[in-house]
Amino acid sequence: MQYIDNIIFLILLVAGFGLFAKSLQKIYRNIKLGREINRSDRKPERWETMATVAMGQSKMGKRPVAGILHLFVYVGFVIINIELVEIIVDGIFGTHRFLASILGDTFYNFFTATLEILALLVIIGVVIFFIRRNFYGVKRLNMKELFGWPKNDANWILIIEFALMVAFFSMNASESVLQARNTEGFHHIGSFPISEMLFVPFLNIFSFDSGFLVFIERGAWWFHFVGILFFMNYLYYSKHLHILLAFPSTWFANLDKKGKFNNLDSVTKEIKLMMDPNADPYAAPAEGAEADVPSKFGAEDIFDLNQVQLLNAYSCTECGRCTSVCPANITGKKLSPRLILMKTRDRLEEVGRNIDKNGKFEDDGKKLLNDYITKEELWACTTCNACTEACPILLDPLSIIFEMRRFLVMEQSAAPQELNLMMTNVENNAAPWQYNQADRLNWANEN
Amino acid sequence: MDFNIKTMAEYAAEGKAPEVLFWVGCAGSFDDRAKKITKAFCKILNKIGVEFAVLGQEESCTGDPAKRAGNEFVFQMMALTNIEVLNAYEVKKIVTACPHCFNTLKNEYPSLGGHFDVVHHTQFLKTLMEEGRLKIEGGAFRGKKITFHDPCYLGRANDEYEAPRMLLEKLDAELVEMKRCKTNGLCCGAGGAQMFKEPEKGNKDINIERTEEALSFEPKVIATGCPFCNTMMTDGVKHFNKNEEVAVKDIVELLAEAEDL
Repeated sequence: MQYIDNIIFLILLVAGFGLFAKSLQKIYRNIKLGREINRSDRKPERWETMATVAMGQSKMGKRPVAGILHLFVYVGFVIINIELVEIIVDGIFGTHRFLASILGDTFYNFFTATLEILALLVIIGVVIFFIRRNFYGVKRLNMKELFGWPKNDANWILIIEFALMVAFFSMNASESVLQARNTEGFHHIGSFPISEMLFVPFLNIFSFDSGFLVFIERGAWWFHFVGILFFMNYLYYSKHLHILLAFPSTWFANLDKKGKFNNLDSVTKEIKLMMDPNADPYAAPAEGAEADVPSKFGAEDIFDLNQVQLLNAYSCTECGRCTSVCPANITGKKLSPRLILMKTRDRLEEVGRNIDKNGKFEDDGKKLLNDYITKEELWACTTCNACTEACPILLDPLSIIFEMRRFLVMEQSAAPQELNLMMTNVENNAAPWQYNQADRLNWANEN
Repeated sequence: MDFNIKTMAEYAAEGKAPEVLFWVGCAGSFDDRAKKITKAFCKILNKIGVEFAVLGQEESCTGDPAKRAGNEFVFQMMALTNIEVLNAYEVKKIVTACPHCFNTLKNEYPSLGGHFDVVHHTQFLKTLMEEGRLKIEGGAFRGKKITFHDPCYLGRANDEYEAPRMLLEKLDAELVEMKRCKTNGLCCGAGGAQMFKEPEKGNKDINIERTEEALSFEPKVIATGCPFCNTMMTDGVKHFNKNEEVAVKDIVELLAEAEDL
């Protein structure tokens, strides 16, 4: 019977990680639904981008308050999770604070004290984030587009993180009291400055007996462990996926100048054929030549977007920095770059559920275009790149808008009438206005 | 113009090549307001003796507005035609006063076979100044308040924020920065083919929002580096009935004025 704890622990551990792996696999499968895109060139530059932007948080400092709080939570989260190693070893083998035996007393004291300080910073960060989000009225965090799940999700994350940290301190504080009392099984290891300062006095008020303190210590330990497993599995349903996907998203980010929009190779071939007086437009393609005309120009649904765009949709944490700088959004138009990514993810998830249910995608009569993203949003974009500049993890909602415009124009001829006129003018007069090309140099003769 | 603007064809006929091709752009060729920018730039180049040519009737739209509206066909038709012309003249260096032409020529033409050294007019003038060929004495603007509106397609799209500012500083003016400047600059509302259509419904137009911000500094001049920004800001200033007090001018116009050209 004495192994029952360890067995329960192991079952939870395997189930937790197993479910998590399944979620990741689903995400991977869904992202693979997109078109392939070659983003594995310039590797040194990509590693550097990921290191500075995702690990180094280089773009978070642009908004200093959110930046520093985010840094607290981020560093705290990463380092406190080193403790997960200890939890797992202790849980499986029934040891207690196993790391102490390999780190040595001095270093283990340093380690636990550091975790305490980081945990306090996380609590501070999380509490201020909660206040900012719910009571302080940061505009981008209180927009109508977040009502419902996105807002609740954000709050749940903060509450879970808060609870995890409180469990962490409860565990350390009771440990510290038990150590001071020389309780059996608790010898002097670790250093808990924050717990001793803030939480032990609180425990002392009630002068709990040692048995109850052991109960708190163990309870908090289990809560912490189960909480982490729960949190990990919650990620899949949450915008909080960014804690993982920010890394690949920055690695696969667009490294070209923001103004450079991709040229469609299939169109180049067509036009070269048109311009070549010797080309025979009716010639059959050469034997063995691949038909490389894409099935579609631009994007109507998630299948037409590329894999990086779909990865972006999963990585978006809905912070709304993009939307808060979008000129169209600022002036009250329907476009919100954040919503473009959120809707892309919603549709992607819907397609994923469809595949789960039917084995493969069965047409559901819906598309990303119109059913999720409207033309009005798409046509409001000035392609100014404020959104891509603002994104702390280099996501590119503009590229999605652009691909969908391409679909509207090249597949559906559904541009606003004035744009059709402009495009006709460019085609016929080589200028967006209806002037004669022969008049191009008239200015030279005017005063 | 009181001097002759030469075309590439004329240079070629003489068996010569100019130092640089000036890509005028559609706005610079046809729009009455933008033509003034074109002329001001030519006057400066002429004064310091830069040998330049234009394509004239052989120039076409770069295809930028069609591309950004989503029409890849029209864009590439323009691009491939332009590239043929430019390559036929063996053009190496291009300067343009339009950030949209600049961006397209510089970033989107190479993969279609057009490899040119493309610079924005403010970058070109900055280089000329560094080489000592262009000297500016800014008496006319001493102490006057100027604010610069960053064009998205020069700034964020191509990371050029310093060249226009350096030229403005040479005018000895008091350069005030708007809160939304450089990487945080706010679009004038014309990019992405918005110039050619009515904006979507909203609370206000983007150029009004931007002009409001610029006017809050009570500048004498709102400086621009893009013919489309120029139009949008001019309209904005008119909207607020400030066109008597506040001028909207391209940087080259200011330089030409300072030089009394």
